[in-house]
Amino acid sequence: MTKTQNMEALGADFAGIDVPNIVTVSIRINGKVVTRAVPSRMLLVHFIREEAGLTGTHVGCDSSSCGVCTVLLDGSTPVKSCTMFAVMAHGRDVKTVESLAVGGTLHPVQQAFWDQHGLQCGYCTPGMMMTALALLERNPNPSEHDIREGLSGNLCRCTGYNNIVKAVQQAAGAMSASSAADPSAADD
Amino acid sequence: MTEIKTEQPEKMAMGRSMKRKEDPRFLQGKGNYIDDINLKNQLYMALVHSPYPHANIKDIDSSAAMEVPGAVAVVTAKELDAHGVGWLPTFHGLDKQMVLANGKVLYQYQEVAACYAETREAAYDMAELVAVDYEPLEVVNDPYKAMTDEVLLRPDREAKTNHIYNWNVGDESGTDAALAASDHVIRQHITFPRVHAAPLEPCGCVAEFDAMGRLQFYVTSQAPHVYRTALFMVLGIPEDKIRVISPDLGGGFGNKVPIYPGYVCAIAGALVLQRPVKWIETRTENMTSSFARDYHMDIEIGASTDGTLTALKVNTVADHGAFDAAADPTKYPAGMFGVVTGSYQFPHAFANLDAYFTNKQPGGVAYRCSFRVTEASYLIERAMDILADDLKMDPTELRRKNFIRKDQFPYQTPLNFVYDSGDYEHTMDVALEKIGYTELLKEQAEKRARGELMGIGFSTFTEVTGAGPSKHFDILGIKMFDGAEIRIHPSGSGIIRTGTKSQGQGHETTWAQIVAEELGLDPQNFIVEEGDTDTAPYGLGTYASRSTPVAGGALALAARKIREKARKIAAHLLEVGEHDLEWKDYKFEVMGVPGQSVTMKEVAFAAYTNPGDNEPGLETTLYYDPPNMVFPHGTYVAVVDVDRETGETKVRRFLAVDDAGTIINPMIVEGQIHGGLTEGFAIAFMQEIAYDEAGNNLATNFTDYLVPTSLESPHWETAATCTPSPHHPIGAKSVGESPNVGSPAAFVNAVIDALSPLGVRHIDMPLSREKVWAAIRNAEQTHPAAD
Ligand code: FES
Ligand code: FES
Repeated sequence: MTKTQNMEALGADFAGIDVPNIVTVSIRINGKVVTRAVPSRMLLVHFIREEAGLTGTHVGCDSSSCGVCTVLLDGSTPVKSCTMFAVMAHGRDVKTVESLAVGGTLHPVQQAFWDQHGLQCGYCTPGMMMTALALLERNPNPSEHDIREGLSGNLCRCTGYNNIVKAVQQAAGAMSASSAADPSAADD
Repeated sequence: MTEIKTEQPEKMAMGRSMKRKEDPRFLQGKGNYIDDINLKNQLYMALVHSPYPHANIKDIDSSAAMEVPGAVAVVTAKELDAHGVGWLPTFHGLDKQMVLANGKVLYQYQEVAACYAETREAAYDMAELVAVDYEPLEVVNDPYKAMTDEVLLRPDREAKTNHIYNWNVGDESGTDAALAASDHVIRQHITFPRVHAAPLEPCGCVAEFDAMGRLQFYVTSQAPHVYRTALFMVLGIPEDKIRVISPDLGGGFGNKVPIYPGYVCAIAGALVLQRPVKWIETRTENMTSSFARDYHMDIEIGASTDGTLTALKVNTVADHGAFDAAADPTKYPAGMFGVVTGSYQFPHAFANLDAYFTNKQPGGVAYRCSFRVTEASYLIERAMDILADDLKMDPTELRRKNFIRKDQFPYQTPLNFVYDSGDYEHTMDVALEKIGYTELLKEQAEKRARGELMGIGFSTFTEVTGAGPSKHFDILGIKMFDGAEIRIHPSGSGIIRTGTKSQGQGHETTWAQIVAEELGLDPQNFIVEEGDTDTAPYGLGTYASRSTPVAGGALALAARKIREKARKIAAHLLEVGEHDLEWKDYKFEVMGVPGQSVTMKEVAFAAYTNPGDNEPGLETTLYYDPPNMVFPHGTYVAVVDVDRETGETKVRRFLAVDDAGTIINPMIVEGQIHGGLTEGFAIAFMQEIAYDEAGNNLATNFTDYLVPTSLESPHWETAATCTPSPHHPIGAKSVGESPNVGSPAAFVNAVIDALSPLGVRHIDMPLSREKVWAAIRNAEQTHPAAD
């Protein structure tokens, strides 16, 4: 048990580590710390959905192919939460789709997906938007090719991507316009 | 926002790209999909699957599984049989299907046992530990091998043969005679490979028997009412004791039409264990539980020297896998395959089909198509190109020469359909102009002179959709009409309910637009409810592009029924006779007195406050049995470059010109077309449920079965023409499956056109880089002069 107190160590190598069945995991999700005693093999996506009760993050393939489970880790690193154990996120910061709209106002990425009809069944949409956010963080002014490449870890079975690309273009415009208007945001 | 430019007149609510009402909930992660539903005290179920495609089951030992902490029960065919739920009817009605493998397994991944546990993890642990003793049997993987019946796959069937059924239509002797008399006949074997609908959300359910002993069944279903009736048939529970609720669906595409064994096991578990049971498919379970297509077709087309078509004959071998679970209406065992004469005038035609059992997963779902239309459209559109090539004609000229002309509708085809309307030549002209065909041909000639491979491929398909007319259609005997219910509240807002079920098609918006248009009310003020059998009127659900043709018709007519009642109340308010009123500019107006009018909003309020001698309230339910199916059409053009060294294909342009009749929401229609084209692209170039010789399924997840990403998906161009259906209440035809039905032929025709200078005549899908490369190398070796 003592060996596993430092949960961060689990991220790298399980060999030789005596992993207990139940571990206590604390993750800051959308700014709120959620602490639960869970099976050590619980996936991050199940922690988010079942322990934190945030069902906007979905499961589509359970094998890191589809990206519908994408969340942002420690700021803006997109991770497929079906491919990580909950313990690996212990003490870290996770953002899900539920963090985007503030006070009922849609985030520019959400607004753009709505305006451009970038969704149909909506199942891929949360993961798609989280990846788009991470992409725009890295590259605020992406070309169509940059967008297609940036989203290529996320599958959509309904839209054919044309409108998703347009949505990300709109969001890029809206976000750079608002950060230009707000110098403090531009400094970040 | 780019919009499909329609040729239809402007209306108030219809024909507008209204943003979708359902989106804010999806965008905020507030959708309510099946795995988001959790009931108090619920158990989790996991299934045990067979690793063998064909094997006797000698023994099942669940003792180790029951040792898992949290284990509750293991159920096998034996227990299900004891409860009389060991077999379920298929929607086809021509076969029945084992719920859990009974005595032997018939395909790899077939369900063998169900494990119930306190947690998801424990249920999976149990499934690993159920010990099944198999005795492997010889595998029959090829439908042509199944014909010989050396290995009998289904001894439970009365007919001791692997042959399931023969279906044919048309005039065989006339066709044979016409073919024999033709100047020119082409013959080609063409396979439409086995593919999978693969929605991103897998299937799943939560079953509960409530305190009143009533089954509450939450399930991913495109057809909740049919599920309720089918469950009554399987379980013997009266329908009033069953409530089926289909929540938000993360895509369906036909995959959420069948009743899967997992559903029956979840219900059986909930009944026996008296606790709610949840079962959510893994991706592998989703990939191995059903399929679409798998048609092996031989086509012959006769023509005179000038390209006039004389006859068409098709022989098809259909591989249905282990059970005949094809979702086809009972009167059409091969679905709408009879539309194989396409957009063309064939004086004689004959289609014959034989279906066989093999050791493959069952299904035959109508994957984004109206029951086998995709196979038929692909076949005729591919064959027309082969004929054009043989006759040294331009493929568009051959088509133009043989199109059914717009003045020939309604058109009786030799294979028993009556097409409602269409203007094929106009749609093709729009496409040729928009794509710049003349310039493309010039560019192609220049490239060919340099030895480069560029192809232009066409598909000028006709679809048959709107499965509904009860004289033709039933599933399990239930006629395929659809219901609509509309309630207008005193303030002029309202609620709409239908028997359909959106899987992303945007019904919450589209249905509101139809009703708003008919009543002159604001579509923003309607809510739409579907998917709950306790509240929705009976309907056959959403698949086969039937929602707008059938439920859309029901909604328009229901709204008109409300308008007729409203007219009486309006007459009372205006103190005139109801025949003195006309419905004009979305108001009731006293004829010839423009100022004298009342709006529907005013009438709605009066219906509850001051209806006069009329019955109060403003609501209605209506069932619509369409007089005929509807026949959307389109012209699709693909422009591809093929790399001669690597076999890599690049889709440089793709234009889809669709004629879906009246369009309700162009933005939604365009989105549907983009999505369908991307699925067609995947089928043409990358997807196949392949099996190895031993019967192993080689497509069990998204690394083996490829779904295109944003990177390889082409950029789509769209346009629309409009020939309304003359018999549909609003002239709508539907579009959701057209792009998936029409596009594979355009892609393949383009690639074959690119390779035609090398003498390549046909390659079966998927046109992977390896296959195209091999065809190029092979052609270069056979005809070195082609270099
Ligand atoms: S569920 Fe995580 S990538 Fe598909
Ligand atoms: S909107 Fe359905 S999967 Fe993307």
